[in-house]
Amino acid sequence: MTADTAASGKEGDARAEGPADAAGAAEYVIDVRNLRKSFAGREVVHGIALKVRRGEIYGFLGPNGSGKTTTIRMLCGLLTPDAGEGHCLGYDILRESRQIKLHVGYMTQQFSLYADLTVLENLAFMARVHGMPQPLALARKKAEEMGLADRMHQLAGTLSGGWKQRLALTACTLHEPELLLLDEPTAGVDPRARRDFWNSIHALAAKGVTVLVSTHYMDEAERCHELAYIYNGRILARGPVRRIMAESGLFAYAVSGPQKRLEALAERLQKENAVEIATFRGEALHLAGRDRERLQATVKEICAHNDLSCQPAEPTLEDVFIHFMNTAGGRAQITGAIAPDEKAREAGS
Amino acid sequence: MKAQPAHIRRPPAGRSTFFKRLWAMIVKEFIQLKRDRLTLAMIVVIPLMELLVFGYAINMTPRHLPLAVLSADDSDLARDFIAAVRNTGYFDIRAEVTTEAEAERLIRSGRVIALLQIPPGFGRKLRRGVRPQVLLVTDATDPVTTSGAVSAITALGPRVFPRALRGPHRDLLYKPPPFELIVQKRYNPAGKTAINIVPGLIGVILTMTMLVFTGLAVTREVERGTMEALLATPLRPVEIMLGKIAPYIIVGFVQLAIIMSAGRLLFGVPLFGPPAVLLLFTLIFIAANLAMGYTISTIARNQLQAVQMSFFFFLPSILMSGFMFPFHGMPLWARVIGEMLPLTHYLRIVRGIMLKGAGFADLAREGFALLVFMLAVMIIAVLRFRCTLD
Repeated sequence: MTADTAASGKEGDARAEGPADAAGAAEYVIDVRNLRKSFAGREVVHGIALKVRRGEIYGFLGPNGSGKTTTIRMLCGLLTPDAGEGHCLGYDILRESRQIKLHVGYMTQQFSLYADLTVLENLAFMARVHGMPQPLALARKKAEEMGLADRMHQLAGTLSGGWKQRLALTACTLHEPELLLLDEPTAGVDPRARRDFWNSIHALAAKGVTVLVSTHYMDEAERCHELAYIYNGRILARGPVRRIMAESGLFAYAVSGPQKRLEALAERLQKENAVEIATFRGEALHLAGRDRERLQATVKEICAHNDLSCQPAEPTLEDVFIHFMNTAGGRAQITGAIAPDEKAREAGS
Repeated sequence: MKAQPAHIRRPPAGRSTFFKRLWAMIVKEFIQLKRDRLTLAMIVVIPLMELLVFGYAINMTPRHLPLAVLSADDSDLARDFIAAVRNTGYFDIRAEVTTEAEAERLIRSGRVIALLQIPPGFGRKLRRGVRPQVLLVTDATDPVTTSGAVSAITALGPRVFPRALRGPHRDLLYKPPPFELIVQKRYNPAGKTAINIVPGLIGVILTMTMLVFTGLAVTREVERGTMEALLATPLRPVEIMLGKIAPYIIVGFVQLAIIMSAGRLLFGVPLFGPPAVLLLFTLIFIAANLAMGYTISTIARNQLQAVQMSFFFFLPSILMSGFMFPFHGMPLWARVIGEMLPLTHYLRIVRGIMLKGAGFADLAREGFALLVFMLAVMIIAVLRFRCTLD
């Protein structure tokens, strides 16, 4: 049997406020410890702990297959954790998943509304399912608020990626949830739609809604109040963006010159200890490492030998995360994005 | 553009590689087939199932038909006659009744297929050489079922009474039958097939369409990715199930109306019984099949599997319910399977109401069986339904 049926007995608004959590429940909307989950004998989430404050935009970063979706699904009761405990909106994640579902808005990674219903019909359905009064009027009002007025009677399946995502966000906020769980909401969406989307997220947060958003776009991480970087089912770093950057202690250089020579160089640098990350950024080869002196010496020497020019650069968040991945055991590839194949696939779909 | 390395030779795109490409397709299909357990099962099970059903279960001249006897004569000759009827092997005597009303009820409810009526003074008249009349009432809603049995009784004649008719009565044996058998084909005197088929078709069509409607219901949501959003809402499994079933009940009634009107206009199929009772039992039958389809879709992993599983349910329903072949012609094991199928019970209901004018009391048993099936399947569906994505 599922946790849902176990909890369905008590329908009331009885929030679990254990003696220890009485104060914490108010401050932390999500407070979970040691979450674990395996699929077919393979553990994909290895004891994750997460604390998210009310009204915060919390970024959940990590490559595909790192356990982001699994963690989010455990938070909203779609998956039962193998181990671990905690609360979401003050409700026990193991026993009160039905209550959690009533107060959480969950936006799935895949578009999960009905392609053969119109925008308005989809929204009205969701409003009815959540038992909202005057569902049709509410759906219409929300659609207008989110700029969907012109597309109200269009079939959801015929919307473009950006509009689908906006519809999905509208659908999961219809019932005025206190917590939004957004699973890669901007995957495969064009930059302008992404910007609009993030503006909506910030507007919601300003109204007191807590938002947990997973992404693998680095630029989006900087829009979050707080971040957790997850890799292989473990959180490798957490905190505000600036602090994570500072704590990484990375330094970077940009090397420019003829492309052929840079390509050969990139290959050679993989064996170089001082250079942790070598990535092409446009015409230049971006190098980053932790040991400032050795990095500088190596870069200077290489440039002198190969007749290339170099200058100091800002380490990027991407450098920071690849660095975390490397120190966690996995050896990063010399590629731009964290998971380029995934990005390409999603953009295509 | 770079020069191509010498060791990579591009194959020519002509006919010479036709077989290579064909082979690639064939290998891929076999790999997929190997991974598709249900299709493999179909390859093996469907032929075996058909062989068993057609080879062992189906019998066009069924024996052991349930018979009721209403005898107004207690003579040794009457008893001999009844025994002889039993000994033909065509009839099993299920009830010995004393009133015509009782006999009527049994045949109308479908619990017996024939009624043998022996008049008062049968033995006396027979000994006197006055050929007494024996009435055999058969349920002709399925004309195939009783034809063999009727001719067997007609042929009984002289051999029935070798011991009783001795001495002076001996010559009676050699006159063409010492009694006169009157056969009354009840409910479908002309033996028209359409009369039998059309009500049955209501059941078959409803089974087929209802099963597919809900059979795809859950798998479609899972395949399109909409199930995840649905599960994240406060909807309960029972609510999802009933919400999926309810709309198609109306669809089922529309189909019922279409078949019944066409049957009446084109083939003159009557409706003798109370329409309200037909509607009530049809409601249960439709819901039972929708629940069955829904259960399948909680088990199947994709839409193709759901269709295949529906087929495993639909095939026995057609073959073993009494729609295509006489139910009473099947051996016990096949009848036991048949009794578990909703179509079997619905056929008795729909034929009973439309052709025999049976009412609620006559068919309550069959309706109850449908109800039990429906509830059992619904409980399985709710238990099987996964509220999480685990």
